[in-house]
Amino acid sequence: MNERSEFISKHSVEPLYEVFVRSRRGLSHTHVGSLHAPDATMALRNARDVYTRRQEGVSIWVVRASDITASSPDEKDEFFDPAGDKVYRHPTFYEVPEGVEHL
Amino acid sequence: MDFQATIDADGRIEPRDAMPDGYRKTLIRQIAQHAHSEIIGMQPEGNWISRAPSLRRKAILMAKVQDEAGHGLYLYAAAETLGVDRADLLDLLHSGKQKYSSIFNYPTLTWADIGAIGWLVDGAAIVNQVPLCRCSYGPYARAMVRVCKEESFHQRQGFEILYTLSKGTEAQKAMAQDALNRWWWPSLMMFGPPDAASTHSEQSMAWGIKRHSNDELRQRFVDMTVPQADVLGLRVPDDGLVYEDGHYRFTEPDYTELYDVVKGNGPCNQQRLSHRVKAHEDGAWVREAAAAYAAKRAERAA
Repeated sequence: MNERSEFISKHSVEPLYEVFVRSRRGLSHTHVGSLHAPDATMALRNARDVYTRRQEGVSIWVVRASDITASSPDEKDEFFDPAGDKVYRHPTFYEVPEGVEHL
Repeated sequence: MDFQATIDADGRIEPRDAMPDGYRKTLIRQIAQHAHSEIIGMQPEGNWISRAPSLRRKAILMAKVQDEAGHGLYLYAAAETLGVDRADLLDLLHSGKQKYSSIFNYPTLTWADIGAIGWLVDGAAIVNQVPLCRCSYGPYARAMVRVCKEESFHQRQGFEILYTLSKGTEAQKAMAQDALNRWWWPSLMMFGPPDAASTHSEQSMAWGIKRHSNDELRQRFVDMTVPQADVLGLRVPDDGLVYEDGHYRFTEPDYTELYDVVKGNGPCNQQRLSHRVKAHEDGAWVREAAAAYAAKRAERAA
């Protein structure tokens, strides 16, 4: 449980839900904000009214904020460092001889 | 990257990043005040829903007032990412410890006032809010992007109301002019005190919360609005208005009135706050019922 959701669950009757909306078919769900609701069903209805009043979505996910496990910004460096020295994972690392196409 | 380096690089601060206490406090104060303004702002307009002159106008006004509620909710959600609880913020509003925009302490006396609110008040809000889409605090900036997209409908519907009235009978045109006369000066005050007297501005600029000074934004609003008044065929109630070097020189509003309304002495301060508190108290049973229902369902599912 992260700091924020811990705080919220202690102080609020209605738990906090994070809201994700798929704006149209073919795209993934994107985080749009959060809201309070007594349960997931109500959270979904409220999310429809708060975040899709102008047909912004074709599908909504709601997730209790307290159920999200997040990486910590404090350990950001150690956490993401392993990717730092592996430039060979990018196609731009490789030299392509002149005249070679479709590579 | 640490806080200052992120700010210096025009980067965004996100909820769980380390940030100075003052930055957090300033944002909580500003976002909460902004959220409170959105929901208190429902009242002057809600006042006319039952008396809108046509079904079309009524449907539009209801959608607009619903948007204001939505804006309040986006903003409370953004404030909560800073470690405060919405219920506590509402308590602070209800006890008068946190403020909302003074503009909503003026009454909506005629239907033309609904037009003036959309055109002038939402117009001024847009000028204030567009730069906030680039605010250094990520959740606030993202909420403002949504708000700004929706505000342009609000402003146009207000302009349309006044345009229709100004092309109507003499009495209707006079009603539109009267609304402009009453809302012009309070709208100019929406940008806050003049730069020289603004207490929070400098630090907020350094933190990337604020991008332009109060006076800059006020000038932008006047330059944008005066030509629109011409199209409406209405007269901006300022004898000192002159066009000069690409800008309209205008008379400053009487800021003692602003300070007085902020202190609680505007025409509707008491009415707005007591209505809000009553709505909150009257809604308690709905919140309790929803919680009881959720608990019952959870029990059954277990």
